[in-house]
Amino acid sequence: MSVGIVMLVHTALGRAEQVARHWTRAGCPVVIHVDRKVPQRAFAAFREALADDGLIRFSRRHTCNWGSWALVRASQDASELMLSAHPEVRHVYLASGSCLPLRPVEELIAYLEERPRTDFIESATTADVPWTVGGLDEERFTMHFPFSWRRQRYLFDRFVELQRAVGYRRRIPEGLTPHMGSQWWCLTRQTLSAILQDPRRAAHDRYFRSVWIPDESYFQTLARLYSTNIESRSLTLSKFDFQGKPHIFYDDHLQLLRRSDCFVARKIWPHAERLYQVFLGEGARGASATEPNPGKIDRIFAKAVERRTRGRAGLYMQSRFPNHGWENGRTAGKYSVFQGFTELFQDFEPWLARATGAQVHGHLYAPERAEFVNGQRILNGALADSAALRDYNPRAFLTNLVWNTRGERQCFQYGPHDNPKINWHFAQDPNAQISVISGAWAVPLFQSNRDFADLRTEAAALQKIEAKMLDELRSPDAKARIRIWTMAEFIEAPMEPLQIIIDEIGQRATRRLAEAPRLADLSGFGQFLQNLKNQGMHPYLMGDFPVDPAPRHGQRPARKPYLVRK
Amino acid sequence: MGVWQSYRLRLQRRRWRIRAFRKRRDLRAIANRTDRINPSDILLFSTQRNEALRLPYFLKYYREMGVDHFLIVDNDSTDGSLDYLADQPDVSVWTTPKSYKRARFGVDWLNWLQMKHGHGHWCLVVDPDELFLYPFCDTRPIRALTDWLDASSIKSFGAMLLDMYPKGRIDAEPYAPGQDPLEIASWFDAGNYAITRNPKFGNLWIQGGPRARMFFTEEPARAPALNKIPLVKWDRRYAYVSSTHNLLPRGLNLVYDEWGGEKASGILLHTKFLDTFSAKAEEELDRRQHYGGSKEYLAYADGLKDNPDLWCKWSEKYINWRQLEILGLMSKGNWA
Repeated sequence: MSVGIVMLVHTALGRAEQVARHWTRAGCPVVIHVDRKVPQRAFAAFREALADDGLIRFSRRHTCNWGSWALVRASQDASELMLSAHPEVRHVYLASGSCLPLRPVEELIAYLEERPRTDFIESATTADVPWTVGGLDEERFTMHFPFSWRRQRYLFDRFVELQRAVGYRRRIPEGLTPHMGSQWWCLTRQTLSAILQDPRRAAHDRYFRSVWIPDESYFQTLARLYSTNIESRSLTLSKFDFQGKPHIFYDDHLQLLRRSDCFVARKIWPHAERLYQVFLGEGARGASATEPNPGKIDRIFAKAVERRTRGRAGLYMQSRFPNHGWENGRTAGKYSVFQGFTELFQDFEPWLARATGAQVHGHLYAPERAEFVNGQRILNGALADSAALRDYNPRAFLTNLVWNTRGERQCFQYGPHDNPKINWHFAQDPNAQISVISGAWAVPLFQSNRDFADLRTEAAALQKIEAKMLDELRSPDAKARIRIWTMAEFIEAPMEPLQIIIDEIGQRATRRLAEAPRLADLSGFGQFLQNLKNQGMHPYLMGDFPVDPAPRHGQRPARKPYLVRK
Repeated sequence: MGVWQSYRLRLQRRRWRIRAFRKRRDLRAIANRTDRINPSDILLFSTQRNEALRLPYFLKYYREMGVDHFLIVDNDSTDGSLDYLADQPDVSVWTTPKSYKRARFGVDWLNWLQMKHGHGHWCLVVDPDELFLYPFCDTRPIRALTDWLDASSIKSFGAMLLDMYPKGRIDAEPYAPGQDPLEIASWFDAGNYAITRNPKFGNLWIQGGPRARMFFTEEPARAPALNKIPLVKWDRRYAYVSSTHNLLPRGLNLVYDEWGGEKASGILLHTKFLDTFSAKAEEELDRRQHYGGSKEYLAYADGLKDNPDLWCKWSEKYINWRQLEILGLMSKGNWA
């Protein structure tokens, strides 16, 4: 009892020759189909090179294009030849020229010997799997596909649309339930001959001839008719990327392939010298009866596909520059923007750093320079503090900052003095936590010793800018976590909002804040606002301030009772 | 992008190709070994001027990578580099005394050579101070990359220019011929690059790095472009437009993904900042043969006089391509 190998070959004939000899050394007969596109001379040389091996035969050649019916024809012809020429064969294994056996052939023979009635063929109904590329799942069985998907994509697409538009549906032959799966199978003589000798084969062939990619559905569907025991998986390790083309294995995959315990892998890069040397070499490893376990390889390739389709959140680089709305994370991590806090509290920044453990910057978008933490001139990733560089592309400055400091929460101050262009970017970013005390810009004005006429002009300008910023933050398209208080509202009970913000940042274990930032001295502030009003400039963003408020300070939290332990 | 715009770009491409064809007269063959090029060979195109110091390592680096043939235009060298190149068995070299600037900074010459010899080949266009990196370049030869690109129907491969610099004064450690320049210039800026899209050609426009940080803080818009597309499966109808920053037809510039994913990309390690730089900058200032009235070199000369150290506390030391991948400067895409 033995396994017969059917090999479909179209390039790298040298490698195919090596692999074919490897199979026959273990006593497996091989039938090779060589694509008709291979030049006659190359084919003759190939045939000549293998002529000394009595176990190798060649089947009728067909011209095989990707996804074409000829691939099925080639498999049929070669299988028929295999079954008739080698009556001792019980399993037929369909492989390609770029397949490489990873385990000793004897192990494969023994494995199949123990499962004499099992057909290994991946076969699933179209409704249940998300494999299909190009959006055609069920329709591939109910339409005609006279144009090549690879070379005549335009006509292909238009013809599909046309059939959809007129509601054309082909009839699926009676008794068939379309299934599809990997084109690399291993079938028993019983099943395979039943498919090939079926009295209705002509009808089946006629139907599948114009199914799209029949090599993934012909045997997969028909095996369901005859097999008594289908194991729906392929013995060939073959991973596909998001465009439906197989991943390729290189020398550096050696250890992975070794540990996968799969029988055969596809597709191997023809120049992967080391892989061919190791796996076709005589020193094959001792027999192990383990089941194939491609888990790790699966993960690596799944990650590669994810990187290609989803990318790394918040990264903008030479080969990832998402269109608006496709960023899948506009920035790489969460960050906090504070507006009006440094104005209202005397030591807000050091306090915030102590309370959260985050990196707390000054006004990153200040007109003179980016005020990095601790007065640094340059930050992670060699980000410079130059205002000109920053304002040349304010959004890149932000995304770079957040990307460069991944893993460390960033907090910074913002206000109506700063570059206003970035505000809308914050507002749209779900990673941003924006807290605004509106009108707090008036405190430094109130404290300054300047001519009132100047103060009035500046207050009017700042109020206008901040009002516009608030409009942006209140836009229905804003996606950030936004909180806005008027100044009057905030100083009523400053600890509560601070606690909420700190809890949300959530770097430290949540506890009641033990220490409050020191509130600026506001006695006389109400009168200052009234003076502005008297000059005709009505400050409204800070809310309703009484003309002469009682001086307030941050409420100290009640002391907790403490316990003395012995 | 309307029909009219497409048509204009088509005309522009034709203009560059005609120009390249006319500039062929500039070139005089010194050693023409192009008859040895096999149909599947990977070719490297370059222009050079007085790079005798760098060429030995340059050729070694790319030979080990798997480049099969070098096609080099020599622009009036006086340091013996022309003879050196003519002696190499896998190099074809042409020379010209004509103006580098008038040949649009060498683009016309190389467009011509690529038109003539590059058709159907994977062509790598790099300067002698640029070292190309691609994913898995430490374990797979460049043919693995080009085979994979072929299988994926990808025709062009992007590689951002990454400026490398030494720690300390640029002229502190002398560079010896054949030495790996990364032993000296082993530092780079990891995360200060600003990207915008060029609406006309569809390529990205990347600026930043140490040059922007040190020399162009006042005029960031003038900072040099770092986006490059050096590896292309060439067709004689293609033409580079401005250096290797972009080319026509426009589709070749789409080396980035717009829908959130990452395409595979590489890096060109730019080892310009060695001790040879100051002399070069001075010479180029005299010749005024570089881009934008050699503004770049003017800025360097100014910046280097005061503070010749590009290194800063947050500079990264180069380890390998995987490090650059983690930092987000290049990507494996779906190549695994």
